[in-house]
Amino acid sequence: MAELDTSSGGGKKGGKVRSKKVSTKVDLTAMVDLAFLLITFFMLTTSLSKPIAMDIAKPDQQDNDVRLELRASETMTILLGKNDKVAWYMGEAETAQPTIESFTEVRKSLLKNKEDLYKARGRQLVIVVKPTEGATYKNFVDIMDELNIAGIKTAPAIDDVNILDGEKAFMKQAGIL
Amino acid sequence: MPRAKVQRKSTAIDMTAMCDVSFLLLTFFILTATARQPDPLDIQIPSSSYKIKVPDKDVAILSIGQGKVFYEIVGQDVKGKTLDNIGERYKIQFTPEERKRFSVLGAFGVPISALKSFIMMNSDEREKYAKQSPGIPADTAGNNELAEWILQNRKAVAEIHNNEPLRISIKGDAREEYPTVKKIIDILQDQKINKFSLITSAAGG
Repeated sequence: MAELDTSSGGGKKGGKVRSKKVSTKVDLTAMVDLAFLLITFFMLTTSLSKPIAMDIAKPDQQDNDVRLELRASETMTILLGKNDKVAWYMGEAETAQPTIESFTEVRKSLLKNKEDLYKARGRQLVIVVKPTEGATYKNFVDIMDELNIAGIKTAPAIDDVNILDGEKAFMKQAGIL
Repeated sequence: MPRAKVQRKSTAIDMTAMCDVSFLLLTFFILTATARQPDPLDIQIPSSSYKIKVPDKDVAILSIGQGKVFYEIVGQDVKGKTLDNIGERYKIQFTPEERKRFSVLGAFGVPISALKSFIMMNSDEREKYAKQSPGIPADTAGNNELAEWILQNRKAVAEIHNNEPLRISIKGDAREEYPTVKKIIDILQDQKINKFSLITSAAGG
């Protein structure tokens, strides 16, 4: 019959054939080394945090039908200047007294203006954002983020074309243009 | 007095459990891996508190930094089709080899006149080229290749994916001046793209 000879070498004559016990333990050190190397590689090459999209809509520049009159008293205009400063005013540029603030302060003003308007008239605040030439891309993202944080429901109007002379003059005077 | 015998202990540790854990982690990372494409431009993405993730298909990514624009088409089939369209538009014949190589490229910033040689570069040369390349020409007055890329990309997406609209994402450097970004946005608005997304990273606060 088919039998496996598990003995090592030719068994001694007459002696009992004793199969040699081989340890089943394998040295896993090398395998673990390799596994950790690969883990490190994959950890470093994956980007776990997916980037986040901030959706922006700008008014159509060619279509003049979409123009909409805003009530001055319900409008807050935010001008983005240089050195991470903003200037904002309520109402119309000619009569209003703009305030110069930093990005950390503008959140409070936004909330305050929103509350005041809601209490006085029960209406939502409309925001016009005007980035000027001195602003950086980060400023723009930041202000959109602040509007989101402040919970401004109406879509902000982004206007980088019609920056009024009065606004320019004021910003120049304050040194942020 | 008998001398105290120090018992020799084996230094071998049972590695089985460690091996199990490490392979489990390895499997996890392999399955979740999406190879990160090297960014040709040095871009710091500003952070925001928005929560919407960037979709991973039917998007085009415009990287803006140091006054240059790089363009990235997402999806291999879309890339190939866009290249075909561009070739048709500029009367350039691309070989199947070039088409294949282009369809695995990441972001690129190269004038169309140098596109052929750019495709045939290896990754080292490409990296070197990206450092000194002028980006995609985007003159609003004259040579507006960026507008052409966007247009052909939109056509390609519409053709392949049943009129799905192409979403344009802008990945701008935080230090970039606003007028540069405005110039690019104006190009988009010329094509009646009034909605686009800005790519930001998640912020703590």
